[in-house]
Amino acid sequence: MTQTPLLRLSGIVKQYPGCLANDHVDLTIAPNQIHALLGENGAGKSTLVKIIYGVIRPDAGETVWQGRRVVIQSPAHARRLGIGMVFQHFSLFEALTVADNIALGLNDAKDRVGLRQRIIDVSASYGLPVDPDRTVHDLSVGERQRIEIVRCLLQNPKLLIMDEPTSVLTPQEAETLFATLRRLAAEGCSILYISHKLDEVRALCEAATIMRLGRVVAQLTPRDKTARELASIMISAELKPAAERRPPPAAAAPRLVLNRLNLRATNPFGTSLQAITLSVAGGEIVGIAGIAGNGQGELMDALSGETLAGKPETILLDAVPAGHLGPKERRRLGGCFVPEERNGHGAVTTMSLAENAFLSGHLRGALARLGLIDRRRTQDYTARIIQRFDVRTTGPQATAKSLSGGNLQKFLVGREVMLDPAVLVISQPTWGVDAGAALAIHEAIVALAAAGAAVVIISQDLDEIFLLSDRIAVIAAGRLSEPVPVADATLERIGLLMGGVSPEPAHV
Amino acid sequence: MFSLQPRSAASPLWSWASPLLALALTALISGAIFAFMGRPPVLTVTTFLISPLLATGGLEALAVKAAPLIMMGVGLSLAYRANVWNIGTEGQFILGAIAAGTTALLLPDAPGTVLFPLLIVMGVVGGAGYALIVAWLRTRFNANEILTSLMLAYIAQYLLVFLVTGPLRDPDGFGFPQTALFADAASGPRLIEGSNLHLGIVLAPLVALVAWIVLGRTTLGFQLRVLGQAPRAAKFAGFSEDRLVWTAMAISGGLAGLAGMFEVTGTQGQLSTNISPGYGFTAIIVGFLGRLSPAGVVPAGLLLALTYLGGDAAQINLGLSNAITGIFQGILLFCLLGSDVLILHKLTWRRRAKVAAT
Repeated sequence: MTQTPLLRLSGIVKQYPGCLANDHVDLTIAPNQIHALLGENGAGKSTLVKIIYGVIRPDAGETVWQGRRVVIQSPAHARRLGIGMVFQHFSLFEALTVADNIALGLNDAKDRVGLRQRIIDVSASYGLPVDPDRTVHDLSVGERQRIEIVRCLLQNPKLLIMDEPTSVLTPQEAETLFATLRRLAAEGCSILYISHKLDEVRALCEAATIMRLGRVVAQLTPRDKTARELASIMISAELKPAAERRPPPAAAAPRLVLNRLNLRATNPFGTSLQAITLSVAGGEIVGIAGIAGNGQGELMDALSGETLAGKPETILLDAVPAGHLGPKERRRLGGCFVPEERNGHGAVTTMSLAENAFLSGHLRGALARLGLIDRRRTQDYTARIIQRFDVRTTGPQATAKSLSGGNLQKFLVGREVMLDPAVLVISQPTWGVDAGAALAIHEAIVALAAAGAAVVIISQDLDEIFLLSDRIAVIAAGRLSEPVPVADATLERIGLLMGGVSPEPAHV
Repeated sequence: MFSLQPRSAASPLWSWASPLLALALTALISGAIFAFMGRPPVLTVTTFLISPLLATGGLEALAVKAAPLIMMGVGLSLAYRANVWNIGTEGQFILGAIAAGTTALLLPDAPGTVLFPLLIVMGVVGGAGYALIVAWLRTRFNANEILTSLMLAYIAQYLLVFLVTGPLRDPDGFGFPQTALFADAASGPRLIEGSNLHLGIVLAPLVALVAWIVLGRTTLGFQLRVLGQAPRAAKFAGFSEDRLVWTAMAISGGLAGLAGMFEVTGTQGQLSTNISPGYGFTAIIVGFLGRLSPAGVVPAGLLLALTYLGGDAAQINLGLSNAITGIFQGILLFCLLGSDVLILHKLTWRRRAKVAAT
């Protein structure tokens, strides 16, 4: 192809204190192309995208847009050039209508004239059904994403940047999105598609730029490679084969039982839990899939004891009624928990690793005596976590925030695993974690189950759920589906449940 | 032009250098104010900050003023670490004084070995009890403790005025708003016979030492720090926020009450409308200047005690109003809050043209 590229970046350098985020990065996007930007967390993708969208300026390097050298000053400037971006986290006002939200994002007052009709036109012509008069509060995540896309399309962009768009979608919604993106590309809008989902990239993208540690390590056609090959280019170490599939555990006594657990949401945007029933045996891993915001957070809090479920019998830990017990008492009974949010929930970022180890380990690890912190035991325990889980850090006195996300997560999972739990509940075990750390965490979970603990994984990552679980249940709108053995679970069936559709209607 | 660049981590150097910078700036600014008033700036500042230490009995007076400030500053540093913003120590100080003072008046003939320990208990109970109203309002009604504790401080001041002009007024006091003098047994042991050095002066640094151990080495101190830095993590670990709020208010209120008890029994010997020259509010500055660390509170308490003596010295020697104590304290707090920006930010000089990134 001798076409002028739509966008050509060359030699982009961006230095942050203590980290070279982009090291002479080159990127070329052709017109009509769906171009993937692949890389682990911390590879420099976000920095590069922020440079393209004018959020930050590079220290060095050249940007050529449609054959002309430009310096992109600001996001508004980027939009004028024809660059649109859909962020992973939407910026929408829940209490306003779709049309109001879109109007707020426009730079120019005159663009608001006839906006409603244009929203309808654009959404119809690209297969993005959006009703301008609906309130955002009532819309699903997929619908909200459509608003963001329509908002970009109204500006007639030539390049649309999508930051991990499918991380919040059901498989069905993702399929619809892909169709839209293909159509957009065919009509002349290039797409820069950021993701770490390799199958998606192979299915959708014509070209890929792979980054590692701030540098471009490959520019290739993703269809020519297998997902495994792509993954090994993306991460520094060769991927070890996925954890050995264990034989399904023999029938063992249930260690965690939920008996029609009901919990009224305390905040207006929360989800109420409705009659959640589940039984997890020792040695078993149960995966709970679901789209974000369907009650996972509430379920996690109810299990850990941060919110009390009321009646004691609704939660049994090793057959002991625990619904009325707080986190400390549940830990004494053998419950250990890893919440989704690391910063400020699972860990106090400003405190040292030793103090963070003490945070949840002081009871089961016996790290305090008569109210005094036993510093030596705490130090030893912390050092053992660091060593066994290969946490990259300067030592137990390093602050939690000095660790990368993956290392901190390894530490937090390790902290609970080392306490020899009877029941481990872990939410988003590998969220924002690089592939190497994810593998280590997965191995630790499998080993813990093999040693006889009951494990519950709450995750939005279906690959992870399928990889680890013996049985899979789906949480949707605060209800938990009947768990099915992994052998009987298909992606389609789980996807339907995640979308709130029951594959086999109970009674019609 | 100057610009502030965020640092990647808080600077440990500046977290301790900032109070010193603030002190230097305060001396400069107050010097400028004196110069503007037509006074010799250097002489005035030295009269204010140095002459009280050289005067006869200067160190004794300093210790007497520093003791309540240190006790209250220690209590506040524990509470503030837990994000419990008790700013009503003035009220808790007064209630501790009232509780102890009333007891001393009611039991004029009790032997000192019984009475003095009882007064200590009454002071702590009075201050802590008053502070627990704030804890109850916060945990029961989610009422902001900054507002409730401050308002209760004003109520305490009027309660004191009511008592010393009404039911507790000395019938032989010529109508002055004060109570009768307490019995000698109420004043407790003296460190040096005939001096003003009461037991609280030894107790204050001990309290700071104990608090330092509690904060750094005990589960309770750990819980307070976690609650302050990451309330969700505290919940995750099963630390009850309500219980910690009650504890933090009880400790800071109890120490304020103890300070009030020592002030009226050890120094003043009676209750009156001026038992406190704003010690409770000054203790807030002490806490922040001491970096909310019990170890830092000791020098900070000594410094702020000096500002009270300096105000008196300036009044006597230079004929200035002793309001300059308040002015000096205000400038100091202001400069401290300003200097604290440097803990999280770096001051850099930048020319207009962009310099090459390093």
